[in-house]
Amino acid sequence: MYNEKVMEHFYNPKNVGELKDPDGIGRVGNPTCGDIMQIAIKVKGDRIADVKFQTFGCGAAIATSSMVTEMVKGKTLDEAQEISNRAVADALGGLPPNKMHCSNLAADALHEAIKDYRAKYGGTDRNAATQAQVQAAGETAASTAAASDKPMSGEGKDKH
Amino acid sequence: MAETRRVYLDHAATTPVHPEVVKIMDYYMLEAFGNPSSIHSLGREARKGVEEAREQVAALMGATANEIVFTAGGTEADNLAIQGVAYGRRDVGNHIITSAIEHHAILHTCQHLEKEGYKVTYLPVDKHGMVDPDDVKKALTPQTILVTIMAANNEVGTIQPSAVIGRVVKEHGQAYYHMDAVQTYGNWPVNVNDLHVDLLTVSSHKIYGPKGVGALYLRKGVKLVPIVFGGSHERKRRAGTENVPGIVGFGKAAEIARETLDQRIAHNTALRDRLISGLLSPIDYAHLNGHPTQRLPNNVNISIEFVEGESMLLNLDMKGIAASSGSACTSGSLEPSHVLLAMGLPHELAHGSLRMTVGTDNNMEDMEHVIATLPDIVRRLRQMSPLYADKIKGHAAAPLTPAGEEHPHDV
Repeated sequence: MYNEKVMEHFYNPKNVGELKDPDGIGRVGNPTCGDIMQIAIKVKGDRIADVKFQTFGCGAAIATSSMVTEMVKGKTLDEAQEISNRAVADALGGLPPNKMHCSNLAADALHEAIKDYRAKYGGTDRNAATQAQVQAAGETAASTAAASDKPMSGEGKDKH
Repeated sequence: MAETRRVYLDHAATTPVHPEVVKIMDYYMLEAFGNPSSIHSLGREARKGVEEAREQVAALMGATANEIVFTAGGTEADNLAIQGVAYGRRDVGNHIITSAIEHHAILHTCQHLEKEGYKVTYLPVDKHGMVDPDDVKKALTPQTILVTIMAANNEVGTIQPSAVIGRVVKEHGQAYYHMDAVQTYGNWPVNVNDLHVDLLTVSSHKIYGPKGVGALYLRKGVKLVPIVFGGSHERKRRAGTENVPGIVGFGKAAEIARETLDQRIAHNTALRDRLISGLLSPIDYAHLNGHPTQRLPNNVNISIEFVEGESMLLNLDMKGIAASSGSACTSGSLEPSHVLLAMGLPHELAHGSLRMTVGTDNNMEDMEHVIATLPDIVRRLRQMSPLYADKIKGHAAAPLTPAGEEHPHDV
């Protein structure tokens, strides 16, 4: 049912694990549907410098998670934002139809991670912030609070 | 590269065909290929083969040959039983009782009849997947025409208190008692008189016979209308030229099962018990699904927390091991196993279920291969699992323990 490329990513997934001190984390899915994906990113400048995933799910869930991490490494946040679930499936050479809607959420997890990063750092370059600011942002539990501290203005490059 | 050991652990899905069965089928395809309805000698020989098979299939359930109707499989036999009784007894009543854990051949047929105005009661099961005979008693009404409850469950192997339910139905007097015994027949003793059944479904390809053939036991005097028309075959119960090679093969498989049932039960039980203990002890957060003792000798069903069924199956397959899962991903639907959910398992545990069903072609080395293989697969998948990471960090939500069970199997 899966093609060779999907199986290759399933058996030898790339970029599995957690990032130490990640800049953004996104988690999508729920145990009820059987797929949970978490993607963590490290941002340098406006580019994704490192990315790792953790996934509970079927073959397609793991393969798409692996694929999306390969696709976004080195991409700018805006470029990464453009990657759709469909594009991830296409990059894998396609998925069985019944997997397209339930297990193909890796791009959503990535977008959540970018959103998390932008909420924390207000669209500014994390690396430009002082260590103290980073610390403060990191300790702020509610990302909404962090976002309101740093309204999306000025040099904010967020697409809408 | 070393040759991968092949271990087939999906006998509840289907079995390999016994060589003696293949041999006799061959003869009925190449030599005695006549139509049993034909007058000539080739036809008569085919007829003889079919009638001998009828004896053999009947003997394995303590029935007489003229109570057996051959069908194209267990699903058709279930359909014939339920639709045939429902349509045949429309003047008597319109209520059917079944359980929440039946095979879809039963459930979907009942759902179809509901659309036609029949009333269906779906009885719940306990955490081990067992129906309470008292629930059957309470559900019976003057309108009840049929009670259909399986002999043992195909996913978790729980053996139902069928004889007790049979007595309850007999006391009611009016309702017929049908039983889907597809998983039980040939794997565990089945006797239509001990069970007090009126109708009973069996299948060939679960007992080392060919696919595409099954049978419905119909107690003498049971009123039933056909659902397939076009001839007077099978005493006007099921039209269509008999699948002679299939039927003869089924007969042979039933005969072998009858002769070797005790050995088969002992063999399967030993493998099953080794597999259960060998997997639950090294894998933490693993639970046995189904009844601890009232279970089919060939069934192992475990849920492993923090991993998903399909990814386990794919990894096992890489290592030459064929199993199945109640995960949604393997069912072709969005919902995991209706059986596991009916038993009260949370979705996470249903998604992480693994069914391994042993058979006569397995040996103890096969079990040791699985026991040596699965824990590594689970470890690898857990390293990938965000749920397991949460668990280690201590902020996992606690709802993963099945309802009614105090502690996960934690070693």
